Amino acid sequence: MTAVAEVPATAASRPAPAPRRKPIRPARVVLHVFLTATALVWLVPFVWAVYTSLRTFADTSQHGYFSLATALTFENYQNAWEQAGLPHYFLNSVIITVPAVLVTLLFSASVAFFVSRFNFKVNLLLLMLFTAGNLLPPQVIITPLFRMYLLIPLPDWLSNGSGLMYNSFLGVILIHVAFQSGFCTFVLSNYMKTIPHELTEAALVDGASVFRQFWQIILPLCRPAFAALATLLTIWIYNDFFWGLVLFQTGANRPITSAIASLQGQYFSNQNLIAAGALLTAIPTLAIYLALQRQFVSGLTLGANKG
Amino acid sequence: MTVITDAAENVAGAGVSGSRRVRRLTGRDKIVLGLMVGIPTLLHVALVWVPTLVSVLLSFSSWDGIGGLATIKFVGVQNYVTMFTVSPTFWPAVQHNVIWLVFFVLLPTPFGVFLAYQLDKSIRFTRFYQTAIFLPVVISAAVTGFIWQTIYDPDNGLVNSILGTNKPGVAYIEWLGDSHLNLWAVLIAASWKQAAYIMILYLAGLKGADPSLREAAALDGASEWQTFTRVTFPALKPINIIILVVTIIESLRAFDLVYVVAGSNGTKPGLELLSILIANNILGESSLVGYGSALAVILLVISLVPILSYVFQTFRKEQQS
Amino acid sequence: MARPRPGQLPTLDRRSVLKVLLAGAGLAAVPGLAACGSGGSAASDPNTVTFGSNGSDAKPKQAYQAVLDAFAKQSGGLTAKPNVQDHNAFQQNINSYLQGTPDDVFTWFAGYRMQFFANKGLLHPIDDVWDKIGGNFPQAVKDLSKSTDGHYYFVPIYNYPWGVFYRKSLFAEKGYEVPKTFDDLINLAKKMQGDGLSPFVQGFGGGESWMLLGTFDYLNMRTNGYQFHIDLMHGKESWADPKIKSVMDSWKRMLPYYTPGASSKKWEDASAALVNKTGGMMVIGMFVGQSFTSQADQDDLDFFAFPEINSQYGTTAVEAPMDGFLLSKNPKNLDGSKKLLEFLGGAAAEDTYLSIDSSNLAVNDKADTSKYGALQKKAVQFIADAKDLSQFGDRDSDPGFIQNVVEPAFAQFVQSPNTSDSLLTQIQSQKSQYFQS
Repeated sequence: MTAVAEVPATAASRPAPAPRRKPIRPARVVLHVFLTATALVWLVPFVWAVYTSLRTFADTSQHGYFSLATALTFENYQNAWEQAGLPHYFLNSVIITVPAVLVTLLFSASVAFFVSRFNFKVNLLLLMLFTAGNLLPPQVIITPLFRMYLLIPLPDWLSNGSGLMYNSFLGVILIHVAFQSGFCTFVLSNYMKTIPHELTEAALVDGASVFRQFWQIILPLCRPAFAALATLLTIWIYNDFFWGLVLFQTGANRPITSAIASLQGQYFSNQNLIAAGALLTAIPTLAIYLALQRQFVSGLTLGANKG
Repeated sequence: MTVITDAAENVAGAGVSGSRRVRRLTGRDKIVLGLMVGIPTLLHVALVWVPTLVSVLLSFSSWDGIGGLATIKFVGVQNYVTMFTVSPTFWPAVQHNVIWLVFFVLLPTPFGVFLAYQLDKSIRFTRFYQTAIFLPVVISAAVTGFIWQTIYDPDNGLVNSILGTNKPGVAYIEWLGDSHLNLWAVLIAASWKQAAYIMILYLAGLKGADPSLREAAALDGASEWQTFTRVTFPALKPINIIILVVTIIESLRAFDLVYVVAGSNGTKPGLELLSILIANNILGESSLVGYGSALAVILLVISLVPILSYVFQTFRKEQQS
Repeated sequence: MARPRPGQLPTLDRRSVLKVLLAGAGLAAVPGLAACGSGGSAASDPNTVTFGSNGSDAKPKQAYQAVLDAFAKQSGGLTAKPNVQDHNAFQQNINSYLQGTPDDVFTWFAGYRMQFFANKGLLHPIDDVWDKIGGNFPQAVKDLSKSTDGHYYFVPIYNYPWGVFYRKSLFAEKGYEVPKTFDDLINLAKKMQGDGLSPFVQGFGGGESWMLLGTFDYLNMRTNGYQFHIDLMHGKESWADPKIKSVMDSWKRMLPYYTPGASSKKWEDASAALVNKTGGMMVIGMFVGQSFTSQADQDDLDFFAFPEINSQYGTTAVEAPMDGFLLSKNPKNLDGSKKLLEFLGGAAAEDTYLSIDSSNLAVNDKADTSKYGALQKKAVQFIADAKDLSQFGDRDSDPGFIQNVVEPAFAQFVQSPNTSDSLLTQIQSQKSQYFQS
């Protein structure tokens, strides 16, 4: 099942409905107007946030927020970056997101390989287990997980000095992996199903081990799926708020998306600063989305279109 | 177990001709396979399913979280009794979660479907529309909360400035402070994201659907509405299920947006949700671990209904196909 | 990516090697980056003491830094490393903070809220520190620094009274008089409203619903006396008692005169109304002085005692919360921490702090009060004259109870005053979850 490949094919092969088309010009115009209006309305919150963030606090205190700006400046962004120590939190986010995405893909591919290429009795159970686990609300497990993390000792260098899995990057990375594996396993297993068995059979005839089959044949063929999933996962894991909030003690180790909450606590009334901070947080995901929109969308569709 | 073996075989055997027999694996292969599947599964079970089970067990206990396991007291169903009869926040939270779900099902989800349908037609600028409408999905729910908080601010926000209701004493609406309004204000912010998410899922589904069915219906003289309801919609059953499940799960999981907006200190009247109640019992100063777990179990039970029905339905189809 | 033809075994190409390396790097990067990127913890460095602080507003932050610098100067090589958190978040997370990896020494409050954690074994007793600093403090303060087991846990630094704050020039301008009774207060509020002012400036949004307790505590102490209030806070009295109902009735009389939008503002923002004279009075602690940045404004600030309701109790009870420091159970640097605490319990620390943040009062007998402004002098006398000192609602009671039960109920009350009876019943019915005795 390759939804990605299907899309252009379908679009291209759809015959133009010329002979049957009634003069629907007015309806088309209405449609465009509607869609434009919707798109613009959808962009309003963004535009408002950007506009607010580009004005100075003094300006808005004096004239109110709903007024023409006296001047537009990047001052708030600068302040958010420096005063709130955003670079540090960005680094935290990177430390968490990059390994989490890589390990999730690796683990999911492994399980998907197992489930899609072999007849084991437990396959179905595994898939069901992973998928169900992915859909659980995180709040269901947070109390025991928190307690568990407080009990597991880790060497200092691995745990940000806390000596426990609580407050450690590793802890947060692992919960991300555990949680996101479900979706990725499901998607990858569907994807791997479409890889013909002749390839692996040939390899087996040549005496390749299971690992070589996995590593050299299956994985390279899954690259489109990996690209799509990596894009999705990066955005999802980066955007996490809850785990970063609960599994870190306070402050310094939080990823940026959770740290922004304490920015709000401190600068509650300075909406310009908060808007700038929030938008700064969103820039990586926006960049990824705009650059890799195709991959992102196909990642979702891979999950949606199950063959 | 034969049934499942057959199912597994079918799961694995798509696109293959002839019969397949499980080939003999070397000992080393078996170890590798075992590790490949064992480690991820172990991690998943240990960090997701074991805590779920522990939540259930803890819900029958009373523990303030301090001190070792020895300080846990078992109290039977007392937490549940308190929750159902005494707590002033539990039933409002359930009510709000239900309102959230109904709202999502009635407004952003159908709207997303509608948008997807319109965008599926080959029209110009579809890329622009999609990109613009889809933006909310890529920013986190927390950032969504911050943005909408500036919009809803009673003194300076966009809404009140447009409506002119930012004059204290004369006309003053506190969108997030007023317990009668704040849930709806938050739902609009959440729908901003949800509609876009549904749109993209459904659009993917539409693009993957067989167009000849629609054309056949059109040739038969069916109107657009008829074509949609009688042909397209039913043909997209897998997508419909996913959309429904996503809608339900997202309304049960709603947390980030509300937490950011409601201030992190206790519950704000009007914005109680099960997920918020649970978090408050852990993140607060003196935590009621047992009670919080009881709340978590309720959330779990409610969530398992759509989850299990989705999982069983999906994988039973795998079995049959 | 060319698909291998059947029968051809693909060779190990660069891409797969890259993948292995990436995945391996992913796993290896974690500890590497963690080691260099985390910043936060000093391992058992005998020359460093970690200091957790909730003083996130500008003046307290500066003041604590000055105290720590002064400590480092006289300590002979020992330095204290501050870890400043947003003050609401700090309190919010204290439970997990103490059970996880707290700093060696950290700021906290006196009262039940301190005893609660001491009794759970999360704090280290500091009787030996008090052997050295005990002579600096009056008996009342000493008592507040102990827990119910009789050991010392707390080193105080300052306290401050709660009262009704106003600007003298505004009152003079409009001819207002300081009210003596509660009825006078309400009449004054009515007058202010007629003059276009916001009578009761309030801000209890943004995580600061504890502000509501200030008004409640005084109403309760004025109506029912100090002892009843403390018993209520300790879970010994019923919240559904008619005595509380009459407190809520008095509160209802104040509500119409509250600043609109109070539930969306923090006190820091709401106090701007007091500074720019659009608001008349604010029931708040002396820390409101931090919002008065110009000296002229600061000199104009004054307060009066919350007025009398029941002549039996008069205005003899004063809410004067005390802030200070605690030692965590297993500090990484025990000796260094004790030295820091000794310093903090001394007059020099007190003086340094107050020289920057003057909205507080010294509790140390030996502190230099000669530089006190008029407001501070009045406050000192105010506290000294008080018959009973309370610590504030969220410090006198079980913190979880206050945060999860009482504060939401009060926030609800302010919006729908008519539901006060059912709210009180609800508070009472949830009490047993927190007060196990």
